[in-house]
Amino acid sequence: MTPPPFTTFLEEHRVPVYRFLLATVGPNDADDCFQETFLSALRAYPRLREDSNLRAWILTIATRKAADHGRARARRPVPVEEVPERAAPAPELDGTTELWAAVRALPPMQRAAVVHRYVLDLPYADIAAALGCTEEAARANAYAGRRKLREEQERLQDKALEGGSR
Amino acid sequence: MSGRLSWMRRTDVEAASLRAARAVVDRAWASRLVDVAVTTVDSPVGSLLVAGTARGLVRLAYPDERSDLILEELAEALSPRVLEDPRTLDPVRRELEEYFEGHRTTFDLRIDWTLAPEGFSRRVLRETARIPFGSVSTYGQMAKRAGSPRAARAAGNALHDNPIPIVVPCHRVVPASGGIGKYGGSEWRKEFLLRLEGAIEETTDGAPLH
Repeated sequence: MTPPPFTTFLEEHRVPVYRFLLATVGPNDADDCFQETFLSALRAYPRLREDSNLRAWILTIATRKAADHGRARARRPVPVEEVPERAAPAPELDGTTELWAAVRALPPMQRAAVVHRYVLDLPYADIAAALGCTEEAARANAYAGRRKLREEQERLQDKALEGGSR
Repeated sequence: MSGRLSWMRRTDVEAASLRAARAVVDRAWASRLVDVAVTTVDSPVGSLLVAGTARGLVRLAYPDERSDLILEELAEALSPRVLEDPRTLDPVRRELEEYFEGHRTTFDLRIDWTLAPEGFSRRVLRETARIPFGSVSTYGQMAKRAGSPRAARAAGNALHDNPIPIVVPCHRVVPASGGIGKYGGSEWRKEFLLRLEGAIEETTDGAPLH
C-alpha cells in the first residue's frame, strides 16, 4: 500500500496544521511554516512507511518547522525603526492578544503540547507521536504550559486591577 | 483556560489554509516535486478528469468513474506525489476545448503510455491513435495492425481499458457487423463523438455507418 495521493493528504490535513502553526508561530509566519512543512512532507512522501500515522507525521514536521522558525527568529537582528504597514488592531478587551503572546512565549515543547491539546483537541497518544515523546511527557508538558498560561493570565488581571482600568 | 484558547478555533483558517495550500502546489512545481498533475476539464460529455506526468498525458476519465479511486490508482501505479494543478495541464484543456468546438481534428499532445499494458494492448492503442478524425476502423483491423489478426476480441478488451479515451480515439473502432458497438465510457458518448466528427450522419438515430 502506498500513501494516499498527496492532494488528498494535503486537503485532509491543511486545516489542523494551519491552526497549529497559527497558534505556535503567529499569523505573520504561519504561511511560511505551513509551506515549509508540506514541502518537506512532499519530499519524503514516496519513502513513507506504509503503516505511518499520517496525522502525527505531518504534525511532527510542523512542530519541527515551528521550532526551527523560533530559533531563526531569535538570531535575526531587531530592526531599529520598524514602520508598521497598517494601524495596530484595537486591543481586545478579553485579553486574547496577551494570551496568544503568552502561548508563543512558552518553551517549544510546552507550547506545542498546549496547542495540540487545547487548540487541536488531540488525544495525548497523538501528541506524544507528534512531539516524539512518551504520552506521559506529553501530558506533563501540556500541564506545565497550561499552568504557566494561567499564572500569566492572573498576573495580567492583577495588573489591570492595580491600574484601576477595570 | 481551554475555553480561552478555543478562540483560535474560530479564526478563519479554512480560507487561509487553502491559500497556503495553493502556494505549496506552486512551489512544489517549481521544485519539480510533483510527479502527477491532475485537473478537471468541462466538456459536452461530462466533466473530464485528466492527469499528466513529465512524459505527457497519462490518464483521462469520464465522471462515471469515482475520482478519489482514480487518484488512488494513479498514486499506486505512478507515484503518490499526485497534486491538483490546472496550469500544467492547460495545453490539454485547450486542445480538448478546441476539439469539442469543432476546431481541432488532431491532438498535438505528448502521451505517457505507462498505464497501457505493454505488448498487444499497447500496440492496439498506439495504432488506434493513428485512426484519422472522421473515419472508423474495426476491432479485427486493429488486431491485425497490432500483429495478431485473429485477436479481435482481445483488441476490444484493450480498447475498453484505454486509459486515455477521446485523445486515443477508441470511439473510432466499431464492429465489422455494423452499428457503433460498445464503449467503456457509455455508448451515448461514443455516438456523440462519432457524430461530432461526422463519422455518422447527424440525422440518423439507428446509427448505421455511412
